[in-house]
Amino acid sequence: MRVPLNWLREYVDVSLPLGELVERLTLAGLEVGSVQVFGLPAPERVPCKIEHPGPVWDRDKILIGQILEVKPHPDADRLSCPLVDLGQGRTKSLVTGAPNIKVGDKGQKVVVALTGSVLFDGHAKEKVLKELKPTKIRGLPSDSMVCSQYELGISEEHEGIILLDDDAPVGMPFADYMGDIVLEIDVLPNMARCLSMIGVAREVAALTGQRIKLPPHSVQALGAAIAGQVEVAIEDPNLSARYSALLLRDARHGAAPGWMKQRLLYAGMRPISNIVDVTNYVMLEWGQPLHAFDYDKLVARAQGKAPVITVRPARPGEVLTTLDNNRRELTPDNLVIADTAGPIALAGVMGGLDTEVSATTRHILLESASFHAVSIRRTMKALNLPSEASVRFSRGVHPETVKPAAERAAELMRQFAGATVCQGMVDCYPHPMPPQVIHLPLAEVKRLLGIDVPQADATRILEGLEFTVVPNGADALQVTAPPHRLDIQEGATDLIEDLARIYGYDRLPATLLSDALPDQKGNPDVELEERVRDLLVDVGLQEAITNSLTVPEREAPLNLPAGDYVKLLNPISSERVVMRHSVLASVLEVTESNLRHCNEVRLFEIGRVYLPRPHEKLPEEERRLALVMTGQRHPEFWGDGPGAKPATLDFFDLKGTIEALATGLHLPDVTYQISKVPYLHPGKAADLVVQGEVIGTFGEMHPRVAEAYKLGQRVVLVAELNLEKLLRLVPVRHAAQPVPSFPAALRDVAVIVEADLSAEKVEKEIRAAGGTLLADVRLFDLYQGESIPAGKKSLAYALSYQAPDRTLTDKELDKAHKKIEDRLKHVLKAQIRGKE
Amino acid sequence: MVDLATLEQAALTALQACTDEPALRAWNTRFFGKHGEVLQALKGVGAVPPDQRKSYGQEANRLKEDLLARYENALAEVRARTLEQSLQTDRLDITLPGRPAPRGRLHLSNQTLRQIYAIFADMGFQIYRSREIEDDLTNFELLNMPPHHPARDMWDTFYTTTPGVILRTHTSPGQIHVMRELFPRPIRVILPGMCYRYEQITARSEIMFHQVEGLVIGEKITMADLKGTITAFARRLFGPERQIRIRSSYFPFTEPSIEVDVDWPKDDPISGDISKGTGWLEIMGAGMVHPVVLRHGGYDPAKYSGFAFGMGPERIAMRKYGIDDIRQFWKNDLRFLSQF
Repeated sequence: MRVPLNWLREYVDVSLPLGELVERLTLAGLEVGSVQVFGLPAPERVPCKIEHPGPVWDRDKILIGQILEVKPHPDADRLSCPLVDLGQGRTKSLVTGAPNIKVGDKGQKVVVALTGSVLFDGHAKEKVLKELKPTKIRGLPSDSMVCSQYELGISEEHEGIILLDDDAPVGMPFADYMGDIVLEIDVLPNMARCLSMIGVAREVAALTGQRIKLPPHSVQALGAAIAGQVEVAIEDPNLSARYSALLLRDARHGAAPGWMKQRLLYAGMRPISNIVDVTNYVMLEWGQPLHAFDYDKLVARAQGKAPVITVRPARPGEVLTTLDNNRRELTPDNLVIADTAGPIALAGVMGGLDTEVSATTRHILLESASFHAVSIRRTMKALNLPSEASVRFSRGVHPETVKPAAERAAELMRQFAGATVCQGMVDCYPHPMPPQVIHLPLAEVKRLLGIDVPQADATRILEGLEFTVVPNGADALQVTAPPHRLDIQEGATDLIEDLARIYGYDRLPATLLSDALPDQKGNPDVELEERVRDLLVDVGLQEAITNSLTVPEREAPLNLPAGDYVKLLNPISSERVVMRHSVLASVLEVTESNLRHCNEVRLFEIGRVYLPRPHEKLPEEERRLALVMTGQRHPEFWGDGPGAKPATLDFFDLKGTIEALATGLHLPDVTYQISKVPYLHPGKAADLVVQGEVIGTFGEMHPRVAEAYKLGQRVVLVAELNLEKLLRLVPVRHAAQPVPSFPAALRDVAVIVEADLSAEKVEKEIRAAGGTLLADVRLFDLYQGESIPAGKKSLAYALSYQAPDRTLTDKELDKAHKKIEDRLKHVLKAQIRGKE
Repeated sequence: MVDLATLEQAALTALQACTDEPALRAWNTRFFGKHGEVLQALKGVGAVPPDQRKSYGQEANRLKEDLLARYENALAEVRARTLEQSLQTDRLDITLPGRPAPRGRLHLSNQTLRQIYAIFADMGFQIYRSREIEDDLTNFELLNMPPHHPARDMWDTFYTTTPGVILRTHTSPGQIHVMRELFPRPIRVILPGMCYRYEQITARSEIMFHQVEGLVIGEKITMADLKGTITAFARRLFGPERQIRIRSSYFPFTEPSIEVDVDWPKDDPISGDISKGTGWLEIMGAGMVHPVVLRHGGYDPAKYSGFAFGMGPERIAMRKYGIDDIRQFWKNDLRFLSQF
């Protein structure tokens, strides 16, 4: 809502410094987003953005003048030479090319800029300020000019010069006459009443302890009674609470007065004609949208009879061509204004072309009505027709505003379009809205705000907002809402909000919670998830958070099991259409983009996938952990010597990371098995198995899949684990192991076994045979090749023996070690190296 | 019989000639080795006439102790000199770059979330999470926004092809979930999570962002408590000297509703004048839980009251670090992520 201050001043005193006004309105819920200045110097210390689009009108050099006479230019037909009175005996002879000044004109009020004025250059292509200097125009000296709206920075209009109202005082600095400041206020849905000058004025009045001065809305009605000239009916009062009509006869089509046009302009509306401008002016003033029909056209449609206007839902198949010349097919969802021949307007949204007022309109049927907000909103949305009227109606306009606004508009049309107002009003208001009475115990104020607001203060604040307040005992108030408030729906709470915002939140103390502390149960699931993050960060991985919206094609290379996606009905981009099935796929995309500028990527993400479930409306949201590692194992370092290329990350780097995670989480019974997922290299793919349950998969990416993700020939290591399963298996706590106090004895064993025998099996046998004395088993060599028979491999282990209560003797060691060797020989048919 | 005086003289002369550790060790071998001259002299006591034997033995022992002490001294001296020399010559260019240490990091959003969790945990707030794909009922209707409510315009929504199923536009539906789960116990939780809005993706707006909502419900929760809690939070997060300002606002699920601003220097060295000349930055929306919402959660608004607030960790991080493009958060460019 754009609020020109000079207009606002008509209803309330705004002598408050601008900065303070902006601040108070903002704190009270009418956020002033910006301030726009017309012709005046930029104000200082205003706590919001200041837009200063145009020139500052110098009070000594830009004045109101009156044309005394207009002479022709001796050498140019298109130019004329007005002589202008600037008051105090000063006159000025000018040269102008303005098309709305003609030779012989006299008496017009114009804006004259003298030498040294700074204005927008009307001849430049770009909007640039230019200082006016003496010059010659086709031979005649010229040091001043008459100004257009464009040059003054009021609008884009530069066809003719600005002509002021007849009562504009000659010689007055133009800045005093039309300089203004416009507040751009962001009106929230519950403050819809402030989509009007009066609404904003009411707030200013309440905040500054004033009474609002409402404009006169008595109408001088001298025409024949309206009764019998039009009839109005409302089909469903739920959709339209009130519909009233006034009839105005013999209106003269023309321009609205200059002051009205200027206010509309500053408020962001384009002046059109006196009739249309009055309806817009009153809408901006009262917040009540109005509509003017051409009465003769209505009579014609009724075949000469008195029109019968009905507010009703459109009938299926009905059609209306609206003012914007669009032929619209209507549905019963659309509320229409209809006469006996069919719809004539989309109620509250847009008028019909057929009954529009035009330059030839003589008689006007003026509509002022109240429509159901939801109905208007649906039509506005369905037809994509947000307008000044539909925006107001869709947020709610109080039916009590219908009458004063209609009368105000009729009176303005009488004054400025010469119309004769017919006596009376056709006012269809089947169920007048009863006043809302609210019981407000002051204890309730204390309970919600935490402060005592004395009865006198509460009364003063509410009365300032035009509530009627009567004490209800010593500690409660009976409050009646004024007939412009539609937002008082919840009773006391609504009043408490008004009390709080006018009283001022800055006066509220800041207290700490004194209520009982709820049980501190923590959230183990979140804590574990964060633990997983920490473990991965500890081993050098960077966390990523990728978009959970994707397209199926981006996940297709992974060959995941088929399944439905959660699909968007209204995607905003063709890249973001479904909710993902894989976190890994999105991390791979991020890997690809990073590899364009670096050669080492180690990323992980904990995120959700969204899996539709049969017979359930909402999908499963499963957390996954995805890892991607590729590139150099270490960053290059000068100390490693020239040309030393760090090794490339391989399967075992990834496995080490998985192991670190499993150890860090103290997962019990962790094993690995060959995985068969299609996106991994078939020989380098593993499942992580915890207590017999497959938790996820990791390994080297299948070269063709890596290619599909544009990762080239790199070795790319990936993992995707089901975090839900993983976290369920994490033990709540684990027992600490004592630190041994007796030394460990080390013995090695190297075995030659079948090449396809898994290391896991060998280690398992070693541990089984080693019993409690075997403290640790570490593989230190894997060898195949010379000296090892084909189809075999050599595995060498460092075994560490230890007892908690003594130093082991050589005899004990020999015995234990021999037991292991024997078991490997017998169970795995292994050959013990160096022994045979 | 060895002439002990001659031997002592020879040993002392030889010791003096030793300038480094190997020479000293050779000296030690010569005089104290298995066949060392001093040891031989000691062993030779048997050949000494009995009347001289005692004095010879005493003298030989004195000689041995004295020489060994001198040797140890000389050795220590030589070692100290050698160390000193090496310390003087063994020098690195300490301006050379160090060996890169591997380092992992949390995503900036999670770093910020953890800061928020920690501050609220100190005030007794626990974490409660709920689903991202919601029904219209929980995301809007139960939060006091019936269909076609004008406030719905405040949230541009992604709809799914399943009627009534949407991507949550805020974490507020979690309020309904947590109330229904915990009723009638008092509530003090934060509800973090990802939210989605149907918006053009620009430097200033993303379709996906985190939100952290707070919810407190009990029998004596007031707006002053809300102010106190938010003030404490803002000062912990942005600095103890920060001021907060409360503006009246509107959300359908709170009444009274407010916006909370924190003062922000117009000449901030990191983020510049991001307050657009006002000196204030909006950090969250908040308010007293609307009676309708309390009722939908099962709590009787005549008995219980509560407050709720909501903030965006990405916005907070942007302000803290002077980040001007929100798209960086999900791009995951390592050159961005590695800065935090």
